[in-house]
Amino acid sequence: MLEIRNLVVKIADEDKQILNGLSLTVNDGEVAAIMGPNGSGKSTLSYVIAGKEDYEVLDGEILLDGQNVLEMEADARAAAGIFLAFQYPLEIPGVATMTFLKAAMNAQRRARGEAELLTPDFIKAVNGAADRLGIAKDMLRRPLNVGFSGGEKKRMEILQMALLQPSMCILDETDSGLDIDALRIVADGVNALRDPKRGFLVITHYQRLLDHIVPDTVHVMSKGRIVKSGGKELALELEKNGYAGYADAA
Amino acid sequence: MSIVTPLKTAAEQALSAQFSAAKAELPGALPVRKLREDAFAGFEAKGLPHRRLESWRYTDLRGLLREAKPLADKASVTPAVTACLAELAFEGVRLVLIDGAFSADLSTLDAVPPGVTIQPLSEALVSTREDLIRILAGPGIAQIDTGLMLNTALMRDGVFIEIAEGTELAQPIAIVSLASGEDERAIFHRSVVVAGKGVKATIVEIGEGVGPHASQVNGAIVFETGDESDVQHLRIVSRAVPETVQVQTLMATVGANAKFESFALVCEAATLRQQYFVEYAGEHSEIGLRGVNLLGGQEHSDVTLVMDHAVPHGVSREMFKNIIGGEATGVFQGKVIVRKYAQKTDGGMKSNTLLLNDGATMFNKPELEIFADDVVCGHGATVAQMDGEQLFYLMARGLPRPQAEALVLQAFAGEAVEFVQDESLRGMVMGRIESWLAKRDGSSLASTV
Ligand SMILES: Nc1ncnc2c1ncn2[C@@H]1O[C@H](COP(=O)(O)OP(=O)(O)O)[C@@H](O)[C@H]1O
Ligand SMILES: [Mg+2]
Repeated sequence: MLEIRNLVVKIADEDKQILNGLSLTVNDGEVAAIMGPNGSGKSTLSYVIAGKEDYEVLDGEILLDGQNVLEMEADARAAAGIFLAFQYPLEIPGVATMTFLKAAMNAQRRARGEAELLTPDFIKAVNGAADRLGIAKDMLRRPLNVGFSGGEKKRMEILQMALLQPSMCILDETDSGLDIDALRIVADGVNALRDPKRGFLVITHYQRLLDHIVPDTVHVMSKGRIVKSGGKELALELEKNGYAGYADAA
Repeated sequence: MSIVTPLKTAAEQALSAQFSAAKAELPGALPVRKLREDAFAGFEAKGLPHRRLESWRYTDLRGLLREAKPLADKASVTPAVTACLAELAFEGVRLVLIDGAFSADLSTLDAVPPGVTIQPLSEALVSTREDLIRILAGPGIAQIDTGLMLNTALMRDGVFIEIAEGTELAQPIAIVSLASGEDERAIFHRSVVVAGKGVKATIVEIGEGVGPHASQVNGAIVFETGDESDVQHLRIVSRAVPETVQVQTLMATVGANAKFESFALVCEAATLRQQYFVEYAGEHSEIGLRGVNLLGGQEHSDVTLVMDHAVPHGVSREMFKNIIGGEATGVFQGKVIVRKYAQKTDGGMKSNTLLLNDGATMFNKPELEIFADDVVCGHGATVAQMDGEQLFYLMARGLPRPQAEALVLQAFAGEAVEFVQDESLRGMVMGRIESWLAKRDGSSLASTV
């Protein structure tokens, strides 16, 4: 369970406050959607949860299963079960995708005191997940994300999510850059991971994604706060009326 | 009243005394003696290289050599030397220099394949072969360098490798040069590789030192490669005793339709100046000079190169990757000369540096001197820090910071290492880089699949 209480965040080396007392709870097994206009702070929220250093938390707390994660480095948060599918996955030239995947899986296993994966088991796991997500084998042989299209990068994020089996998945605009077929494949990949023990925070600008990943709750974000929460029908209302009515609610 | 003649430093005076005392017993027939005398006269006129000389601007050898250590005149095969050699076993031919002196006993001369002749340099210097002086001298662009003049004057030994026309070597030939550190010594060695037409060969040079004493090392290697040859050179300079001051000169004259590739890995090399003087003796040849410098502590690594396109249709590539931490200093000075008749030259030079912390420094000075009008030449020098966004991405997947950094740094260096053709040598280089990175942060790296 992810609990965010009264989170106030500014950019570390600027006097720019972005999150202004944001509170939100995502229960185990719940798919929560956050919708909001560009610039409302959605990516900032996802980065702060994942442990990016460019921000300063002025107030509030973030608890994962009751444990305060704000004291932890990004790698420890990942080992604790947090996974962020990036809005803009990074290209890492020279680092082979398979090397990276294995390093990530084993690092998390080590952090949890588990034995490292045997290579054949690792390869089997990757190939299986790649097949389900329509990821071609030659993509796995390339340096991580280098030269991948926007859609390929997003699929690679979901592949990592499937392999790492996190307990709290945050998807930041995973639908952007995807055509309708790719969207369906990615959504199927996410839906396959839905589990009573796993929470999802699905960040999106458009309601389209939520036709495929049907949320339990929808939260509207504006100017760094949650200004309205409801069921999945809230997404449809936003689709019809836009964000205009919420701009001043914050 | 101003003093016109600069005062000689203590080291310069000592070098003069050493040369006078040693010149009678340094190996060489008459023409070699003359070569030594001329070189030393050239050195005496200019003194040790210092920072007011453009080509030595960032490595002030005059300041660095407060004293000239006694000339090494014997090889000390200490237990530490033996242990170090045991670690550097090679499948093929291994030629060993201890304190600059060739040791037949420690070398694996019985592994020398057909087509290859190996002679200690001290023997070659007294031979009567008429091209000896020309080969020893190397390219014209090297002749003004005083560091090299000192080597020419004082070189005592090394290996002279000749590879006959058409010979294709299955295994590398390695020259392992160790400073014993038994006492304080100045080591002057030179090796020569003459590769005939169509030769395919890989030459490895490994230079290390064992303690307790630091040495002064002035080494040189000369390549003369024939038409249609493909010669690969790999140099690893590492594990120098702190306070070691070292100059390594590479000279190459490359024939037509040939390939010459040199790669140098520098790690834990104390104070090192590598200089390259490379010229094209024939058209349609490709030359690559690349390297990785891993620096920390107070280390200093200078790569200064001159690439002389004296003929048309030459392709040259330089790529040096520098990872600098601590208070270390890296230097890259690259000069590509394209002579008036060297049309259709294609040159590309890169120096890329990652500074790991505030105290680290990098100096870059790329230069193009182009006198022909139909050429494609470019250079780029970057100095940056590790990309925080990349590191965050890797850490968000669970990699601890040191491991994330090591992956990014390994990839950065790997771009140059890729050009080491021999797979097992490439693996050896990557292994050295990985252990340097692991030592840096105490982590072990992800094993590759
Ligand atoms: N590192 C940063 N430096 C300066 N401004 C930033 C930084 N990150 C985000 N911002 C600003 O914070 C606001 C929220 O951005 P973001 O979290 O990306 O919003 P969203 O994802 O909802 O579009 C924007 O005004 C953006 O320009
Ligand atoms: Mg965003």
